[in-house]
Amino acid sequence: VVSVAWETEGLQTLGIVVIVCASVKLLHLLGLINFTEDSIDDEQEQSMVRHRPEALEKLEAQTRFSKKELQILYRGFKNECPSGVVNEETFKSIYSQFFPQGDASRYAHFLFNAFDTDHNGSVSFEDFVLGLSTLLRGSVQEKLNWAFNLYDINKDGYITKDEMLDIMRAIYSMMGRCTYPVLKDDAPRQHVEMFFQKMDKNKDGVVTIEEFLDCCQKDENIMRSMQLFENVI
Amino acid sequence: MAAGVAAWLPFARAAAIGWMPVANCPMPVAPRDHGKRQDELIILNVSGRRFQTWRTTLDRYPDTLLGSSEKEFFYNEETKEYFFDRDPDAFRSILNFYRTGKLHYPRHECISAYDEELAFFGIIPEIIGDCCYEEYKDRKRENAERLMDDQEENKDNKLPNMNFRETMWRAFENPHTSTMALVFYYVTGFFIAISVITNVVETVPCGSTPNQKDVPCGERYTVAFFCMDTACVMIFTVEYLMRLFAAPSRYRFMRSVMSIIDVVAILPYYIGLVMTNNEDVSGAFVTLRVFRVFRIFKFSRHSQGLRILGYTLKSCASELGFLLFSLTMAIIIFATVMFYAEKGSSSSKFTSIPASFWYTIVTMTTLGYGDMVPKTIAGKIFGSICSLSGVLVIALPVPVIVSNFSRIYHQNQRADKRRAQKKARLARIRVVKTGMSSAFLHNKRNGLFNELLELPCSEEVEQHLSKTASLLESQHHHLLHCLEKTTAHEFVDEQLYEQNCREGAVQSYPSCSPSLSSQEGPTGTCCTHQARKNPLPDASVPPTCQGALQELSAVHIQCSDQPALSTSRSSLNMKLDDTSRLNCKSGLITTAIISIPTPPAVSPEGDSQPLTSPSMQTIASSNAVKVSTL
Repeated sequence: VVSVAWETEGLQTLGIVVIVCASVKLLHLLGLINFTEDSIDDEQEQSMVRHRPEALEKLEAQTRFSKKELQILYRGFKNECPSGVVNEETFKSIYSQFFPQGDASRYAHFLFNAFDTDHNGSVSFEDFVLGLSTLLRGSVQEKLNWAFNLYDINKDGYITKDEMLDIMRAIYSMMGRCTYPVLKDDAPRQHVEMFFQKMDKNKDGVVTIEEFLDCCQKDENIMRSMQLFENVI
Repeated sequence: MAAGVAAWLPFARAAAIGWMPVANCPMPVAPRDHGKRQDELIILNVSGRRFQTWRTTLDRYPDTLLGSSEKEFFYNEETKEYFFDRDPDAFRSILNFYRTGKLHYPRHECISAYDEELAFFGIIPEIIGDCCYEEYKDRKRENAERLMDDQEENKDNKLPNMNFRETMWRAFENPHTSTMALVFYYVTGFFIAISVITNVVETVPCGSTPNQKDVPCGERYTVAFFCMDTACVMIFTVEYLMRLFAAPSRYRFMRSVMSIIDVVAILPYYIGLVMTNNEDVSGAFVTLRVFRVFRIFKFSRHSQGLRILGYTLKSCASELGFLLFSLTMAIIIFATVMFYAEKGSSSSKFTSIPASFWYTIVTMTTLGYGDMVPKTIAGKIFGSICSLSGVLVIALPVPVIVSNFSRIYHQNQRADKRRAQKKARLARIRVVKTGMSSAFLHNKRNGLFNELLELPCSEEVEQHLSKTASLLESQHHHLLHCLEKTTAHEFVDEQLYEQNCREGAVQSYPSCSPSLSSQEGPTGTCCTHQARKNPLPDASVPPTCQGALQELSAVHIQCSDQPALSTSRSSLNMKLDDTSRLNCKSGLITTAIISIPTPPAVSPEGDSQPLTSPSMQTIASSNAVKVSTL
């Protein structure tokens, strides 16, 4: 009798184990628990966006580059981005390579937004070349306009102190740690104060485009430095 | 900076306009782009295949051949292209490196050829991309191992000035070098076998005395076994001491595995000798005798397969560890389960979990002794699951171990095969070379004949000569002729020299000097049947081994250390001393390689005799140096 009792107990153990396994499997089927950790890699399918730029003649008309210059620009562009568009990550990585000592990703972010005029998250060759055309072949007014656009993060027509502080911090972070003299923490803030003192004529705490243009055109240093990169291409 | 990113530098510079309004200080002057060249296409002609690329593509890497001004050396004015006499297939990957910034290693390419191409174009192999770097490193390692094997082979050849200790060590490490070593090798092997058999037979029950049960042979013939044991141990001790004496680094030798095995094998005997009178530790003494079985490991010096097995196990240590660990885990799990499943059964052998370990091990390794079997249904079910999983767990790490063993074993096979084939290979090469080098002597007879008779070289003779000898050959022969004139000696072929030697009164063995013919080492075939009385230092190895002269190297063989020609001159000077000997005793048998034969020994006499072929015999009296062409 004792052995029979123990045998039923053994069978009971077996039954319990079977029920536990079955319920675990059921929960897995229902997706409530995951056995494998790496089931998310299916979602990251890279969608190959292929973008073909407009015809060479149209671009030549829209920008101030010659055909040959456009050819050279496109070859370099396509070499680095075979799919024809630059997304923000690639843009950041490319720009960061020029500033190995510091962190250029924040400034690259602002730059990306400045180039991505239609705000679709990627910079195509047209955006790229239009931006370059303004920067390299545009009039001083256009260049200053572009710079204002860069600083005005939310594109509302006013540069606030906070926006300027962001930009300044981004620029200073490209310097990195090892500088001479040693970079103080409030250096960006001081720089912003100086900037606003110079630019904000009516002291209302924001800089408008007119104030900006006005002030820059009066400053000789700025005007001279605007011509610095004339012959880059 | 990566290559493609350089194309974005103009963009980065343009974007710097964004800093201008916030800058407080004036900006530095921009560098001027002098002579802004339009980007032009460059044509690279590699052995006929034309590659074209932009100049700026090549300029990305200014520290390579193509990126620097070094390529101007290869510029061809007439065709306005750069011509390289290299392999066009390998050049593809090199040019792709400039284009994409990533260097790839093509799998079908030979590793040393590829390395040479990279070295030629000034690209370091370390920048090979991650996709191909593993493969490259593996192939390189294999090749290096192969070369090391060959070099070790060469080192085995006897260096002329080894003292007794080094000779002994070499004899120990390589039994095939001398007869004594071989004898020693077999004797030790024999005694190892005897010792092991003795140990085994000692325990066999050996007939019974009427009043006692079976006694093992060891107790019956104690004295005989003791004598046998003593003899073996003495041989082993002597061997160990001799090895210790001969070892180049005693400390390292004492730490090596084989020496530890030797010590462990003979130690029990000595400990036994010391401890026989002490009754308390006699139990431990008996245990020590177990260690005598380690003598069987001494066989690993005699068997290469055993060594490979040991090496494999060592290199698969992690896999074995994993196997052990997973087995232990499984054993514990199943033992627990079986214990609780069988707890109810009345006459169950599964009294505790450790007791169930035995069942689990026996089941998982599919032994199934049957001394412990589950009786309950649950126990049987879990028992079957246990045996199935055992098969799987054991089958997993085994292929890794097997593949490791196979790789090492095949490597050894290949090394042995290469060594075996080497002799045949070199013999064949020698045959080819002999044919070619005698061309010199043949031509010389014809050419010099004309020269000495001072016939005006008529047109027909010239044409005849030029038909039979290419420009390269004739230049080479001229060079050899100049050498003859310089040293006032001549090249002679083998039979002539033998004749001369036989005619000479002095009989003594000419000494051999090493040859450069191949990687086979310093001893040429001429010396094999002659006693090496006065081994010369590797003096007469000429430095020039250019593969450029076609006749010279039918097969391009890599030349290792090449002492300067000056040393061969010094051997000349050495021979100057014994001026008393005018005969072939002072001559060197130099094996003439295809490159440049070694300069013959100086003799006081000049060779003013006429050098027509019948008169070659008369040279015998002077110091014609024998050049045995290899």
